[in-house]
Amino acid sequence: MTKLKLAAALLAATTWGGTALAQQTLTMWYHGAGNDVEQKLIGEVIADFNASQTDWKVELQSFPQAAYNDSVVAGALAGNLPDILDVDGPNMPNWAWAGYMQPLKIDETKIAEFLPGTKGIWNGELYSIGLWDAAVAMVTRQSTLDALGLRTPTLDQPWTKDEFMDALAKAKASGKCEYALDLGMAWTGEWYPYAFSPFLQSFGGDIVDRSTYKTAEGALNGDAAMAFGEWWQSLFKDGYAQATQDPADRDGGFNSGKYCFSWNGNWAALGSLAAFDDVLFLPAPDLGNGPKIGAASWQFGVSAKSQHPEGAAAFIEFALQDKYLAAFSNGIGLIPATPSAAALTENYAPGGKLAVFFDLSAKQGLVRPVTPGYVVQAKVFEKAVADIANGADVAATLDAATDEINADIEKNNGYGH
Amino acid sequence: MASKFLVSNRTGWLMAGPSILLIAGFIVLPFLFAILFSFTNQRLVSPNAAEFVGFANYRQLLDVTTLTVEPERDAAGAVVMEDGAPKYPSVRSLTRNNPDRPDLNGMREWFSFGHGDSRTYVLARDVVFMKALVNTFIFVLVVAPVQGGLALGLALLINQRLRGINVFRTIYFMPVVVSIVVVSLLWRFIYDGQSGLLNNLLSALSFGAIPKVDWLGNPSTALGAIIAMSIWQAVGFYMVIWLSGLQTISPTLYEAGAIEGASKWQTFRYITWPGLRNTTVLVLIVITMQAFALFAQIDVMTGGGPLDSTQTIVFQAVERGYGKQDISGGSTISVVLFVIVLSISLIQRWLTREKS
Repeated sequence: MTKLKLAAALLAATTWGGTALAQQTLTMWYHGAGNDVEQKLIGEVIADFNASQTDWKVELQSFPQAAYNDSVVAGALAGNLPDILDVDGPNMPNWAWAGYMQPLKIDETKIAEFLPGTKGIWNGELYSIGLWDAAVAMVTRQSTLDALGLRTPTLDQPWTKDEFMDALAKAKASGKCEYALDLGMAWTGEWYPYAFSPFLQSFGGDIVDRSTYKTAEGALNGDAAMAFGEWWQSLFKDGYAQATQDPADRDGGFNSGKYCFSWNGNWAALGSLAAFDDVLFLPAPDLGNGPKIGAASWQFGVSAKSQHPEGAAAFIEFALQDKYLAAFSNGIGLIPATPSAAALTENYAPGGKLAVFFDLSAKQGLVRPVTPGYVVQAKVFEKAVADIANGADVAATLDAATDEINADIEKNNGYGH
Repeated sequence: MASKFLVSNRTGWLMAGPSILLIAGFIVLPFLFAILFSFTNQRLVSPNAAEFVGFANYRQLLDVTTLTVEPERDAAGAVVMEDGAPKYPSVRSLTRNNPDRPDLNGMREWFSFGHGDSRTYVLARDVVFMKALVNTFIFVLVVAPVQGGLALGLALLINQRLRGINVFRTIYFMPVVVSIVVVSLLWRFIYDGQSGLLNNLLSALSFGAIPKVDWLGNPSTALGAIIAMSIWQAVGFYMVIWLSGLQTISPTLYEAGAIEGASKWQTFRYITWPGLRNTTVLVLIVITMQAFALFAQIDVMTGGGPLDSTQTIVFQAVERGYGKQDISGGSTISVVLFVIVLSISLIQRWLTREKS
């Protein structure tokens, strides 16, 4: 009851305040409910913005990440979207195509220095922009490389496929660790396409043919993809990695010495640095078609139904200041979107402990297929790589995935491509 | 002209009204929509207007055909052998871009069997759905008799005047009260492949002779593990229904039986079992319907894997409708499930009818 009264009082206060100052209220949805640090950071940006001018007043509504996308879809079906939306990079084309979002009109010069993965561009127009990016690296220890007699790969000279497989074989034979490689199989969901489709792309295949986005034939079941599938299956068949993994092992396995190599993101890097003093973040191996890692994380955009897109864009532009980019990076470990913001951070400044991730993101990052169909394609790909890991026939599985993606594209009249 | 049924039952209608409205609004209406959507290409998220596609969704879902292939022969006409078995051309080479059989395009091997030299492949357009169908039927066929039987056993055990019997009733009923999602999460830890409770227990009892099994990560044990856990979770609910049935049987019958010198088995066979007739029908039908709706355990524990060994009909309906944004595909599965459950319930009703 008290809560209700409080809410009513708050509501009355804000409505009254709004009219008195002739401010226009902008609503914003964000995926960070449950994460206190993130809530505090976004709260500060909003408070600063509201104090910096008198035209707009941003109000935040937070959702738990797991329920966020469903909330947006439900909100859109009910015609009830906020002005400012927070969107996961690869989802953006789907929402833009569905008419949930409108192009973001901000000063292009302000984002000239931004990492390519942070820019949400679809159909030649900017729809969303991220304050940060994320990157994946092959985490290991200098002592492991020394003990196994392996060359330390660099961004300019990453491991080749043979070198990588040699490293795994030596790690397994050495008995130094229970499993040579931790791929993160416990993290079902978007991790699979985000972390594993770059392997496929490094072989020369892809989830969908990016030249037309109208078919997956040849991309997901061509020779390169078949080679990827056989290689992927061998990782599990030869005992280098586990097809099913205990979530606890994913979270703490590398840091307790269970794995020699761990394919993990920058968000987990600080934990490893705390566990060992000789941690290395190696670039992705070059499996034939160049080394690749996934790019794009959460970004901000303007909903299509917003009555005040200029206000929403003003807020997003305001949030793009280096100090906020740095604050998010220091607070939750993400890669700041610009070099100048990176210089302000503790870990990503040149010479910083995680600076390598900034370079990885800039050099190896490849966004996931930029198509409204990605949402479905990601699910299909996830199931295919899980099945292959569990021993399914490679050609039949990739064929089935290709057919399913093609049927979906056809069902959606080509997704507007 | 208002019928007597409507008028004289005014209070009844008033009392039933709220639930009728809710059921109509949240079950009947969505279901009518599902039937409608299953004939369209309706999407969850799309700027394109839905179009009627006739029975295309049903064909996509249910299309099954067979393909018999002869083994490959060498120039001399002898069967080519590979690893001690005749070698057959790959199914892929026959179904994909085969100008002779365009109807096979997009179909995949469901299972195959050999006879003589040739081999017959059963191809399905939607293999995952076929596997979901089979898994769901296995689930129902195991759960319905085992859960019903165990529940009856428990009900007989707790239908006694003993000190502290309520403690046992509460213990058996407890899992029913706990949310199925919470129960599933707990059992995921119990079934854990390395440090799970079940593995530790088996290993301790057998002094390490039983190797550790990844219960949910192994295609041959995953469905069994979910069946065992589901039976345990809901058995208390049916126990209470059986118990209510047991308590409607008149004690005078038991007294008469005792005077006649009936054995325990005879008492059960000729007094208890006939007295539970209606309860049996109810329990059977309710368990069957509940078992067909298997979803939460799958969603939390396995997500349909490994290798589709735990795909179920409802899980597929949700996965397609929401996960893959294909409302028409999900609706089609729902309608198929409705037809299956309805026909099975009608058959059960007919088999257990009062024979006069």
